[in-house]
Amino acid sequence: MKSILSDKRLQVFFATWWMLCMAIQFLILKQINIDDKHALLDTLASIILLATGSFFISNNMKYYLPRKEKYWYILIISITVGFLWFLAQRAAMWMILKDGDAYINFIHTTSAIRFGAGFLLLSSMSMFSLMWYGQQEYKEMANRKTETEQLSKEAELFKLRRQFQPHFLFNSLNSISALTSSDPEKARHMIYQLSDFLRGTLKKDEQQWIPLEEEIQYLQLYLEIEKVRFGHRLQTEIIIPGEAMQFKLPALILQPVVENAIKFGLYDTTGDVLIKLQTKVENGNLNISVQNPFDPETAHPAKGTGFGLRSIQRRLFLLFARNDLLKTTIENNIFTTTIVVPQMLQPVDPVATEKERK
Amino acid sequence: MKVIIIDDEPLARSIVKDYLLTSNEAELVAECNDGFEGIKAIQQYQPDLIFLDIQMPKINGFEMLELIENPPAVIFTTAFDEFAIKAFELNAVDYLLKPFSKDRFEKAIQKYQHQENTSHVEKVIETAAESPAQQNRVVVKDGNKIKIIPIHQVHYLEAADDYVKIVTNDGSFLKKRTMSFFEKSLETFQFVRVHRSYIVNTQLITRIDAYEKDSHLLLLTTGEKIPVSKSGYTKLKEVLGI
Repeated sequence: MKSILSDKRLQVFFATWWMLCMAIQFLILKQINIDDKHALLDTLASIILLATGSFFISNNMKYYLPRKEKYWYILIISITVGFLWFLAQRAAMWMILKDGDAYINFIHTTSAIRFGAGFLLLSSMSMFSLMWYGQQEYKEMANRKTETEQLSKEAELFKLRRQFQPHFLFNSLNSISALTSSDPEKARHMIYQLSDFLRGTLKKDEQQWIPLEEEIQYLQLYLEIEKVRFGHRLQTEIIIPGEAMQFKLPALILQPVVENAIKFGLYDTTGDVLIKLQTKVENGNLNISVQNPFDPETAHPAKGTGFGLRSIQRRLFLLFARNDLLKTTIENNIFTTTIVVPQMLQPVDPVATEKERK
Repeated sequence: MKVIIIDDEPLARSIVKDYLLTSNEAELVAECNDGFEGIKAIQQYQPDLIFLDIQMPKINGFEMLELIENPPAVIFTTAFDEFAIKAFELNAVDYLLKPFSKDRFEKAIQKYQHQENTSHVEKVIETAAESPAQQNRVVVKDGNKIKIIPIHQVHYLEAADDYVKIVTNDGSFLKKRTMSFFEKSLETFQFVRVHRSYIVNTQLITRIDAYEKDSHLLLLTTGEKIPVSKSGYTKLKEVLGI
């Protein structure tokens, strides 16, 4: 939280406030016939120390803002600091004026009025700080709230768009339309594939963990449809060792990676394209890499990871609190995206464990 | 009537081809897989009408049109692109949203035949250029080659008669567009028109010096110096927040 003194206007206000206090005290002392020297010394010592005390209270609120009992807090801290100020002020005057000065006696007889004035000034200052910091905190909270709301709205919108994938959908329908006259059998097959793919997108819950095998099947549907659209241009190679098949991963995390590869590798290049997907089991974790060629003239994958990949990185971070799970490399115009999926312990069924123990 | 189809999906081309077969007047002279092939074919065959997809490899449909001197009449074919659709609605002969029926296709052909000379391809390009997806690069012709310049590599643009000179890391290129076209389309990349004849990449500014009365001089990290007019200076201050 920023400090109360970082505000330029408040700095000016405080300076003016304490100057005014000084002027008042000096005038009062003059009115009861105190000489200039003593009146000035007394005023300076009192107000400078009082300002220090009040600064201490305000500054303290930057680190600790009382919530419950905050009015009692004001009262107690004002009395305590007021009393300390009272002692310090007396000590200071005593040190400056040396023994035997009659003014010491005057200070002594005005103890009650001094303490009272100090207490009032300190408590009004701390009340002011309390309100200022309270308001500051409220502002920050409101900002955070709008920011989170904004983020969640964006995420929702993005999710909706990605579920719908209008470009992919309409182009696929167009391909089906073309096939109905030239190859009706293939057209029908593609309708099934497209339906299964869309159903998969709608059905899947992103919170759920599914076996790699299931995600790959879903991916195959997607790739088959793209193959119909682009004919022989698209080739795919999927290498998965048998042991990896039963490893689990969060639903719908792999398809966007492949979609991104298709976007750069296929939509933005001419000629034949090979999209390669490889998985490995490394240290008990699932390691998946997707490779696509790209055109260095038109695509600049080095800069940032692109929106598709950024959202995956974000998801991985939310799931595992790690930012190193998605990596991209570029070598000889081949773009490789690697994601590591830590194998979390499967959720333990408490009833089952209970039985085992028995 | 000579016709060319430009689309990167073979099946999408085959639909148009099918539909064209039943037309007596249309003669399909070429089919192209991407914008580069499209440019060559258009120069070679001088078609009357082209069917053009937007999303294609290397350069998209709009960028292809930008590079052709006198573009033929265009019927756009596309699946989905909100911004493109807005551009078509305003100025294109017609546009076909995939998948489209034969009836719809024939209507488009009829529309072309009725208003043969009223295509506003230029305007379609200008409207489409405001689309966020279009703006992160500029496509220029460099002799017979086509060059794609990422926006961040552009230092500044300078007016040169009917052309605009684009100064980049790899030298300068001319493009037949107006300054106000670039001023508008490069706005989001923090390019500012600091002078009637200059648009500058504000990311590259290292120093602003007072020059003569009411004018300033910019120094870029690349060493180039750009004059700034009085109104240009106001705009610049706004963008840089000073």
